Amino acid sequence: MAILCDKNTKLIIQGMGNMGTFHAGLSRDYGTQVVGGVHPGKGGTEKDGFPIFNTVAEAKAATGANASVIFVPPPGAADAILEAAENDLDLVVCITEGIPVIDMARAKAALRGSRTRLLGPNCPGVVTPGQCRIGIMPAAITRPGPVGVVSRSGTLTYEAVDQLSRLGIGQSSCVGIGGDPVIGTNFIDALALFQADPDTKAVVMIGEIGGSAEEEAAEFVKSNMDKPVAAFIAGQNAPPGKRMGHAGAIIAGGKGKASDKIAALEAAGVAVSASPAEIGETLAQHAPGLAG
Amino acid sequence: MNVHEYQAKGLFREFGVAVPEGQLATTPEEAERAAKALGTPVVVVKAQVHAGGRGKGGGVKLAKSAAEAKTAASEILGMTLHTPQTPPEGKLVRKVYVEAGSNIKDELYLAILFDRAAEKFAVVASTEGGMEIEVVAENTPDKILTTLVEPNVGLRDYQIRDLGFKLGFDGDLVKKFVPFVRGLYNLYIEKDCSQVEINPLVVTQEGELFALDGKLNFDDNALYRNPDIAELRDPEEEDERERAANEIDLAYVGLDGSIGCMVNGAGLAMATLDMIHYCGGTPANFLDAGGGADKEKVKEAFKLILRDDNVKAILVNIFGGIVRCDLIAEGVVAAASDLGVTVPLVVRLQGTKAMEGREILAQSNLNITPAETLKEAGEAVVAAVKGAA
Repeated sequence: MAILCDKNTKLIIQGMGNMGTFHAGLSRDYGTQVVGGVHPGKGGTEKDGFPIFNTVAEAKAATGANASVIFVPPPGAADAILEAAENDLDLVVCITEGIPVIDMARAKAALRGSRTRLLGPNCPGVVTPGQCRIGIMPAAITRPGPVGVVSRSGTLTYEAVDQLSRLGIGQSSCVGIGGDPVIGTNFIDALALFQADPDTKAVVMIGEIGGSAEEEAAEFVKSNMDKPVAAFIAGQNAPPGKRMGHAGAIIAGGKGKASDKIAALEAAGVAVSASPAEIGETLAQHAPGLAG
Repeated sequence: MNVHEYQAKGLFREFGVAVPEGQLATTPEEAERAAKALGTPVVVVKAQVHAGGRGKGGGVKLAKSAAEAKTAASEILGMTLHTPQTPPEGKLVRKVYVEAGSNIKDELYLAILFDRAAEKFAVVASTEGGMEIEVVAENTPDKILTTLVEPNVGLRDYQIRDLGFKLGFDGDLVKKFVPFVRGLYNLYIEKDCSQVEINPLVVTQEGELFALDGKLNFDDNALYRNPDIAELRDPEEEDERERAANEIDLAYVGLDGSIGCMVNGAGLAMATLDMIHYCGGTPANFLDAGGGADKEKVKEAFKLILRDDNVKAILVNIFGGIVRCDLIAEGVVAAASDLGVTVPLVVRLQGTKAMEGREILAQSNLNITPAETLKEAGEAVVAAVKGAA
């Protein structure tokens, strides 16, 4: 088991441009069942060995796909999410960065009640080590094991995963939830999935400044989780009022500070690493016996 | 993206949101003519800079004649305005807005923004206008009224009426409040605002509603479909280095330390600043080179970092996913030799093509300190700065 995706996942790519095609190839090389791509107007052709379809509906009917990953540029990305959801896929992962907030607010509202889970946008995707890679993560740094990793950031997820792997601690699934203000799967959703997953024995959570998702996650850990959790919050030294790269990473009106998030997590029994270089160590000390 | 008050009020007019008459002036003579043309007994001369709290810094003055308006404008134009919201060095005032005075009866607060926790739009109002809304929220949270708007349903008239009556308006005023808020909401949606704020919203002795101030922020990600808004950008109001970074698609925030940073990914870039602090150093900047970082971009990033005279060492921290470390290494070597980098350089490459990248650095004969882990990188760059000092 794992969360979100495994060796049975059948993946299609929405947006077969250079980047979409490149990462489709890497995912296939990793052993993921990449069953086709969607490129309106190019249906019936082939690209890099992937069959191309005009619509998600056609792709699903022909391949039995149950998941999709979106590389469509910002103006069409919210549309691509809705198309995937209308076709009742289990999972849609949106990599696209730069979708206007109003578009995402509307798309997210439209997804309420849908069976489709959205991961992202502006996220690196998900890897279940040894089974399935969806998105853009460098899967080579992962190794199978008992730790769930969930993060708002891309490269900082790699950093945490790398630290765990170097300590011999493998991962059940590595999930990037994305750095935008509106995202489909938040910390609480991912933590609930890890709590319910029998193969996950502990969780690493990587948060950052802005919003209150980490505080809400802390509350969830306190009331609903018995698995050990370690965390790191990026942006402890970020100046207020400045957008730190991610659209959602901003301390506004005194809210969203790292210190508040760290305090909330520590109060919930989470081991918070003071240094970004000791995320793996912090978990290893908090929950011994995970290496193997 | 931010705009000036006079630009915000131009958009308010376009969307049927009532504002007092006013004109822009860049010289005292223009301000005098504007006051004459307005013809009201009192005009207000207001500094146009991207910062709030202008009144406290002496950037807003009342004038009872055209001559007084001229004097007020001559005092404000060219001044360096210091308010709680300006950067430490203050802001140079280049323009003033001359506006007809109002007979103020009540001052209120009105804003539309995106509520991240609820994932809905929010209309926020308060009877406590004219002061900092954060202070009101802290001291008297019950005086903040929030109406949430379903994104796919939109703001309904009954919600505006409800808000108006809660603010203590009578039936006549509520009738004026409905189109006022409707116009503001249409502006928020149609122009992809991230925040619309009116503080104060005034009720005059004559029973009219006016936006006495206006602050608009726009969603940068939506500027592609709002070219008219993108044109309102005032480059003189932006940090010069942040603007230069913007033009080459890098996310850059200037800080006041001594270690220049180039990192890929926003989260890792923030964590790199944290690492430097943890090791006892101070970062000079946040810089996310993004997923498309290549040789040319690395060079541009170096140029940007080196513009800051405080930089005593540079840390390059790359964890390649999409980004290839060999291309970054080529960029670092090219930048260091072409730009004649003299400060110590610590480079950490991990992930995609890291081995190839490290090899390129090792063979370059440049004085580059390699680091394998984040910890080593942080310690090495902080030691380099201390050694140089």
